[in-house]
Amino acid sequence: MSELSWWLLGACAAAFALKISGYFVPRRVLDSPLMSHVAATLTVALLASLVTMNAVTSGQELIIDARIGALAAATIALIFKAPYLVVVLVGALAAVALRATGLAA
Amino acid sequence: MPSTKNNWLTPATKMGLSIALATGLYGISFGALSIAAGLNLWQTVALSALMFTGGSQFAFIGVLSGGGAASAAFSAATLLGVRNAVYGMQIKQSLRPSPRLVPFMAQVTIDESTATSLGQASLSERHRGFWTAGLGVYVLWNLFTLVGALLGERMGDPAAWGLDGAAVAAFLGLLWPRLKSAQPVFVACAAAIVTAFAVPLTVPGVPILITAGCAVLFAVLTGRHTKPATEHGQLHQVDQEKS
Repeated sequence: MSELSWWLLGACAAAFALKISGYFVPRRVLDSPLMSHVAATLTVALLASLVTMNAVTSGQELIIDARIGALAAATIALIFKAPYLVVVLVGALAAVALRATGLAA
Repeated sequence: MPSTKNNWLTPATKMGLSIALATGLYGISFGALSIAAGLNLWQTVALSALMFTGGSQFAFIGVLSGGGAASAAFSAATLLGVRNAVYGMQIKQSLRPSPRLVPFMAQVTIDESTATSLGQASLSERHRGFWTAGLGVYVLWNLFTLVGALLGERMGDPAAWGLDGAAVAAFLGLLWPRLKSAQPVFVACAAAIVTAFAVPLTVPGVPILITAGCAVLFAVLTGRHTKPATEHGQLHQVDQEKS
């Protein structure tokens, strides 16, 4: 096997080790009232961070492109209480439409 | 006897399938880019099957295609995977999995399965959301990685199909139901601002960790003012539902 393959398998092993390490934190620690509050706050923060990264970043750059239109369209769909799948489709269609019309990259 | 179809297609499974489709299709772009970065078919397939965390996979091939060393690719991918440890803690707290299942759950503990699961109100829905999104993304991501690797650049850029817009909408749709009072709205806005500031200043993978760190700090500082009884009540409910 090439050197690259060994690094690749090592990175796969490290990825699994990281994933499973969270499950080894004792339940006693996770179940304290403070940890419940931390978990709820953390969930909102992680989701907001994922939205931000998917909407306006590319690598280490901040970029405004068709994805911000998708974000706006999805927000409107959510305000009108659209079902989840519709929200996802609206996001995709907004990005396609903005690119097709040349309004955004 | 109620039809099994109706039992199975709950809001959580529908959410899981939607996000699995939107994310899974992205596997095409990973497969194509991985071959373009100089990896062979087996290395590409192994990354999706074994590493199975999209951000880390793109980081790994991104470093290589930029001329970086294999050790640098390893570091970038591993750094990006640290958030999955945080997800594992949250899934353990929320789903109370049996130890036998943990190795399998760990492999599908990613952005999509965690987000889908934590977005649900009841314990059974959280389980369904986790598994539908986790296994759904796993199957489709690997399938489309293979398609992308075999067809290469002929498939074009998934952004042309609006899949990047779908991803934004998918994560916003998971966040939305949680924004019901002032504090989560504040946390979400602050998290978005911290992430946006951290992105140009740090390497990929670090911004979400900085944001997570700030959120934990904020939660610990405000935690003293919240009523612990409510949280305990929820935990008892979880135990009852489970038994």
